[in-house]
Amino acid sequence: MALYKEQGIVLRTMRLGEADRIVTLLTQGSGKVRAVAKGVRKTKSRFGGRLEPFTHVDLLLYRGRELDIVTQVEIITSHRAIREDYARFAAGEVVLEAADRVAQERERSVRLFMLALGALRALAGGDGDPAVIADGFLLRLASLAGFRPSLSACAACGRPGPHARFSISQGGLVCEKCRTGGAVRVGEGTVPYLAGLLQEGPLPGAPREGRREGSGLVRAYVEYHFDRPLRAWAHVPR
Amino acid sequence: MFEGPVQDLIEALRRLPGIGQKSAQRLAFHLLKAPADEARALAESILAAKERVAICRECFNVAEGERCRYCLDARRDPALVCVVEEPADIIAVERTQEFRGRYHVLGGHISPIDGVGPDDLRIRELLARVERGELKEVIVATNPTVEGEATAIYLANLLKPLGARVTRIASGIPVGGDLEYADEVTLGRALEGRREI
Repeated sequence: MALYKEQGIVLRTMRLGEADRIVTLLTQGSGKVRAVAKGVRKTKSRFGGRLEPFTHVDLLLYRGRELDIVTQVEIITSHRAIREDYARFAAGEVVLEAADRVAQERERSVRLFMLALGALRALAGGDGDPAVIADGFLLRLASLAGFRPSLSACAACGRPGPHARFSISQGGLVCEKCRTGGAVRVGEGTVPYLAGLLQEGPLPGAPREGRREGSGLVRAYVEYHFDRPLRAWAHVPR
Repeated sequence: MFEGPVQDLIEALRRLPGIGQKSAQRLAFHLLKAPADEARALAESILAAKERVAICRECFNVAEGERCRYCLDARRDPALVCVVEEPADIIAVERTQEFRGRYHVLGGHISPIDGVGPDDLRIRELLARVERGELKEVIVATNPTVEGEATAIYLANLLKPLGARVTRIASGIPVGGDLEYADEVTLGRALEGRREI
């Protein structure tokens, strides 16, 4: 099957040669796919604006050895509102960057795809705070990758909470016995903020107490466990 | 593998964008066969460009000297400025022969995912030009990509409170194009930006 159909989200694009681009896609059935879109930078390209970041697309791809080739694209949703507001755009970039980090090439992950799509929908659709939506996405992404923070029981010994200190390296709240040097005492609203981000249902976008500290913890937590800095995070207006 | 200077030349050419091993070889042998004058002229123009070309201190276009030719040209309207991402974009705007103002080169676009924020571009300098009251209208001609649009919106949010008129180049169906093949984002914009005839 040299030609295959997929739906995906455009994560990022990179210039290639004179008029082409390499497009990185997060697909539903094939994980991360890198594909060449030929001639896409020419004004008369038949791809037009269909392969811009944030766009949810239906694709027909030709399987190559390293890079695939995009043969047809149709837009499912352009998530236009994300492009038209700076805060939503910056938060959206956080979503794309983190999804790009976690996704594995040609490894199917429907849950990752749905999580990323949900985050883009929340950013484009509602009037939720973009920075909070990005936080929620990051924490859920960490959970999906196996790093769900423990927010009541001690992350090390399991002793029931509440505990006052949060340890990034130990994976959540820790009791006084288990805490190591890196554990920090967190403010009153912080744990409810984090717990709210992980609650079932659509990503919350309401600003709330504990957000300042909570947001910083989310970033440090995700960067530690993914072992990479998140470059877009600092550019989100808060 | 070749030896000595030939191999050095191939290696040097290979570092250029879009040039692979085969093209580098082809170019190297072309230069070897060409008259000595031609090779010297090429070498000299590369050196001259590297040594003499500076950045215009007004608009950050490439320039020979302190200011570029557009900033020195007194016939151009100093109150109208066109903001572009790269110097090459100036050439594209100039080719239209429709624009008689001056320029401002940002040096890229905002791209948080690549760690490029507003402070990494020449936005502060543009702000200073507007604050000095030199500019009446700022035409934002960044690329109609997601990053280019975001940069445009950021600039508009920043400059409008200062009282400058901020406009965005129109986007729509290219001349000679076909509606049937237009994507919905482009066609949507074209409808939104329609005008009376």
